[in-house]
Amino acid sequence: MSDAASRKQRVGAILGQSLLFLITSLSTFAVFFIFYFILKDAIPFFKLEGFKEFFTSARWYPSGSPPEFGALPIFLGTGLVTLGAIVVAVPLGIAASVCLSDLLPFNVRQIVKPVIEVLAAIPSVAYGFFALVVFAPMLQNHGGAILSAGVWIVLGPIFALLVMVFGDLILDKLRDKMNPKVAAATIFPILGALSVIVLYRLSAQLAGVEISSGTNALNVSIILGIMALPTVVSVSEDALQAAGRELREGSYALGATRAETIIKTIIPASVSGILAAVILGVMRAIGETMVVWMASGNAARIPDPIFNVLQPIRTLTATIAGDMGEADHVTGSSRFHVLFAMAFCLLAFSFIMNLASEIIVKRSRKKLGK
Amino acid sequence: MNKQILAITAAIAVAGASSAADKIVIDGSTTVGPIAKAFAEYFMAANPEVNITVSESGSGNGAKSIVNGTCDVAAMSRPMKDSEFQAAADKDIQPVAHVVALDGLPILVHPSNPVQALTVEQVREIFLGNISNWKEVGGPDKAIVTISRDTNSGTYETFEGLVMQKQKIHENCEYVGSNGAIRQRVQSTPAAIGYAGLGFVDKTVKALKVNGIYPSAETVQTGEYPIARPLFMYTNKYPKLGSPLYRFATIHLTEDGQEMVEEIGFVPVTAY
Repeated sequence: MSDAASRKQRVGAILGQSLLFLITSLSTFAVFFIFYFILKDAIPFFKLEGFKEFFTSARWYPSGSPPEFGALPIFLGTGLVTLGAIVVAVPLGIAASVCLSDLLPFNVRQIVKPVIEVLAAIPSVAYGFFALVVFAPMLQNHGGAILSAGVWIVLGPIFALLVMVFGDLILDKLRDKMNPKVAAATIFPILGALSVIVLYRLSAQLAGVEISSGTNALNVSIILGIMALPTVVSVSEDALQAAGRELREGSYALGATRAETIIKTIIPASVSGILAAVILGVMRAIGETMVVWMASGNAARIPDPIFNVLQPIRTLTATIAGDMGEADHVTGSSRFHVLFAMAFCLLAFSFIMNLASEIIVKRSRKKLGK
Repeated sequence: MNKQILAITAAIAVAGASSAADKIVIDGSTTVGPIAKAFAEYFMAANPEVNITVSESGSGNGAKSIVNGTCDVAAMSRPMKDSEFQAAADKDIQPVAHVVALDGLPILVHPSNPVQALTVEQVREIFLGNISNWKEVGGPDKAIVTISRDTNSGTYETFEGLVMQKQKIHENCEYVGSNGAIRQRVQSTPAAIGYAGLGFVDKTVKALKVNGIYPSAETVQTGEYPIARPLFMYTNKYPKLGSPLYRFATIHLTEDGQEMVEEIGFVPVTAY
């Protein structure tokens, strides 16, 4: 009797487990299916057109006759806005996460963190609409002012950090020759004044810039940066938290100040977690479609010079979204398959990035002994 | 007797055909979309037993849908291409064009731009990148920002055919996804030039005279305005006389239909 009951239980457990396993593996299968079908439609493109034009030519005229499929400017455009998004999101995001984890009192953090995470909940088409209707005209009308303010916002904190670090280094060298208090009182103001002058000159120069078209790489970079911000903040804040109380208390016990603890102990200890956060943010920026389709200008051209973010660019995602309608087998197969070739490149890239972040996170866990 | 049977079978066949066509599916151009929607509303109000669905996915997709048999009417802002006819023939589909309206493509600039008129050649040179500053065509000293519809749209293909004459638009040109987005970009960019459907001209943008002709319903209808095109609805074969599809596909010939076309901002095919 009890034997039968326990057997029933065992069978039930196995059935339940295998059902759950099946459900779980469904999502895994979905990944393989996506890989398979994208690859299936991407390979014919390379068979028809070869690799050389796709990766090296700068002429993108898929509807011309004969069509030209040089995707180099599109790859570069994707790279440029992604880099731009990193420049916006990473310093801001790391600064915010340090502030959240180590500076703000607990109850303030409980309010601020969810508010930052709300940024992730805004639909991308709303960001795109903002970029196109509000931000693009703003860049055209007040481009110089926005640029020079941006210099202060983005470079200001970095310069402040540099002044602190270099000041410390110089003080260290001068320790034997001078009274440290006098040295500090002279070196920090000098460095500070120098960096303010550099920033001022830079911003004054940029204030004169006129932006002829507001839908450009800069616009998209800033919006993508804001979109990637919650990911960066949230994940790197988790990493900073994971560094643990012991580490902080140990550092304080050795006589380090709070700034020293943060810069020399906590951030190095959680650098791999922060790196993972950055990679996740990058993936968010690369995969974003709606914003770039609406506000990047979609000109398939290599910016001149190559880092000129004030020119319109075209990205892989926007090209796939924008060209899908006409690119049917009815009108010519290369034009259809080229989009899958692009999708495959995107997929491969984000797969590699994902793998890298996975490995980095695993390594950091090992390092921290968890 | 024989004749009677024939008549009955014919009646059954017609009834069968009409009940099969009680659902009309329309797919295709975003330019023709507003017309298709207005016609559908009008038609369903008069014939509540007929259900019409309209989706707007671009002219190319419209062609694809009718070739694949997934729609009854393909709305297109350009004629079908040879390759599409070929694909249709392969699947035993015979696309028949109905010209439902005419549309002009006004060249739009910012209202503050002093330029009033261009020639087709000048517009082409601008989009080829050979003219890159407004001062070359009598405007202020500003770099021209060219804005085009995406290569996916019938509007683009019309522009490519009528203005560019198949030459390639220069690579600095920006591309946007809809006629509304073109207007939005032009009205907020002082140095911009773009093109959109006649229905999209309003006070916030300025339409230029092309070859001395201002784009309007009259000049499009008379054929004076050089950048104009017919808008199509394609059906598979000519619809059976009296069938709902037939009645739908001929709305544009009625007075009500032409009024609707005009209200949306296009030009009716015939003066009513």
